Amino acid sequence: MAVKFRVWLTACAFSTLALATGSGAFAAGSGASSKPAKQVQVKRGEANPRGLVLSLSCSSCHGTDGTSVGIIPSISGRSAEYLEAALKAFKSGTRYSTVMSRHAKGYTDEEIRLIADYFGNVSRNNK
Amino acid sequence: MTHKLSRRDFNKLLLSGVAGSAIGIFGTSNKAFAGSKRVVVIGGGFGGAAAAKYLRKLDPSISVTLVEPKAIFYTCPFSNWVLGGLKTMDDIAQTYTVLKNKYQINIIADSAVAVDASKGTVKLKSGKVLNYDRLIVSPGIDFKWDSIPGYSESVAGSKMPHAYQAGPQTILLHKQLLDMKNGGRVLICPPANPFRCPPGPYERASLIAGYLKAKKPNSKIVILDPKDKFSKQALFKKGWERLYPGMIEWRSVAAGGKVTAVDAAAMTVTTEFGVEKGDVINIIPPQKAGKIAFDAGLTDATGWCPINPVSFESTIHPGIHVIGDASIAGAMPKSGFAASSQGKVAAAAIVRLFQGKVPAAPSLVNTCYSLLAPGYGISVAGVYKLTAEGIVEIKEAGGVTPITADDDQLNEEAMFASGWYNNIVHDTWG
Ligand SMILES: Cc1cc2nc3c(=O)[nH]c(=O)nc-3n(C[C@H](O)[C@H](O)[C@H](O)COP(=O)(O)OP(=O)(O)OC[C@H]3O[C@@H](n4cnc5c(N)ncnc54)[C@H](O)[C@@H]3O)c2cc1C
Repeated sequence: MAVKFRVWLTACAFSTLALATGSGAFAAGSGASSKPAKQVQVKRGEANPRGLVLSLSCSSCHGTDGTSVGIIPSISGRSAEYLEAALKAFKSGTRYSTVMSRHAKGYTDEEIRLIADYFGNVSRNNK
Repeated sequence: MTHKLSRRDFNKLLLSGVAGSAIGIFGTSNKAFAGSKRVVVIGGGFGGAAAAKYLRKLDPSISVTLVEPKAIFYTCPFSNWVLGGLKTMDDIAQTYTVLKNKYQINIIADSAVAVDASKGTVKLKSGKVLNYDRLIVSPGIDFKWDSIPGYSESVAGSKMPHAYQAGPQTILLHKQLLDMKNGGRVLICPPANPFRCPPGPYERASLIAGYLKAKKPNSKIVILDPKDKFSKQALFKKGWERLYPGMIEWRSVAAGGKVTAVDAAAMTVTTEFGVEKGDVINIIPPQKAGKIAFDAGLTDATGWCPINPVSFESTIHPGIHVIGDASIAGAMPKSGFAASSQGKVAAAAIVRLFQGKVPAAPSLVNTCYSLLAPGYGISVAGVYKLTAEGIVEIKEAGGVTPITADDDQLNEEAMFASGWYNNIVHDTWG
């Protein structure tokens, strides 16, 4: 079973890396650390599939596309820079929260960047 | 066994072309023509409704059919608030109107009775047969009725409700509490792990205590538990001492908490230590995956459904994804939040698989709020990642409300509990 999972995980990391380079699939091996290409003409989820999948969980509390219908703050309409800084502040504990720091600690800085990038662009690309 | 893949390992494997062949690991859709993208979803609860909505939202070229017998879905989340008199059944009622009209999901008010995984068909109770390219199964739980001698579905429906599927069961238990005399004794009997909503029975005890304290202050609640500990235990116990001193007694397995039989006529339960009488008796029986998961051959010896955690695709039948309470999701609890998170992950994976692409590695999340009284909330959170061992909790993240939380924080958690409810039902059915 463990071996099988490993292959799945490899496959999924592959999809992330491939898209993180913003170019063809086989660039993955060489470009793991480069910034994502800005592809504003395509839907955000296609440009940033890992960011999309990570961000889907956020909507359970913050509302569909990050637009809240209740007392929990919306995260839509915020810039990627704002969201990245906020999530990092929750993660480090410098910003007070009831539950957000417990969540933010579950993400690497890279994942935080992907989430921030997704929501920072969601209003433009996903409406 | 625990081999962690480094980035170098990943890259090595990538360059050797493993990823290409890994596509084969995700089942292919078994329908004749390529390009056909029909998804059938069984069950319109937290998992199924979220998956159906997000499939349409992420890729409008997918046609989605949702099979759910109930026109109104009463959510279990906040059904304990109904028992405590803080909400009405109308407050927890969800419908499929928005999914139908806005998301153009084909809603069929029927039950699935059989699945043919090789043909890719679902048979409904009406006799109608649906074809799918991928199937999502989110039937929630079923009860192991025969696990407690004397208990049965008809006892649950008349004398000793479980109220663990919201609806008529919630109404019955609520009515019994309203009818109970001051000075009455309420027994709450949770099952062993794993079961739906681990903090559920203890939130229930809290909110029933709130009602009794206000209206029937001489009454008592005894929780007879086959476990030696429970979710958010320290926080619950502290809250009970502060809010309801002397009203709630929790008996662990060591203190004779395990119920071995019930007698509906006598209104008693038998424990390893003797017989207990109750004026209201809430039996929450042991659980298993919903019936259709068994009928479709998706369960293993545990009574739950093994899945590939990247896409929630069954490891038994390719092309069928099982989400929510019915799935074996590693360290994730069986919660509405988790079911919804899994539904979205499965939807995103299916979108990618239809495109012939490998799904992106998900991270899964859970938060369960519990209300102990108005203005007094606590929570448990978890973030989960995939490893070679499946879905595991990230140790540095998650956890519960600090035991030192002051009243402002507890009040904030209570407000966020409501905020969470409003958003998740809107995110799922709205
Ligand atoms: C008292 C209580 C309190 C809770 N509180 C919380 C909470 O605060 N937060 C939280 O996150 N979770 C909570 N939960 C847990 C939550 O309710 C479940 O984990 C969640 O409902 C699971 O979602 P699901 O999609 O797996 O199943 P469900 O939501 O139960 O949905 C299953 C659906 O499938 C349908 N179905 C079954 N079989 C078929 C079939 N053959 N054909 C067609 N349809 C079928 C059913 O009619 C049902 O509508 C609570 C549970 C209880 C009991």
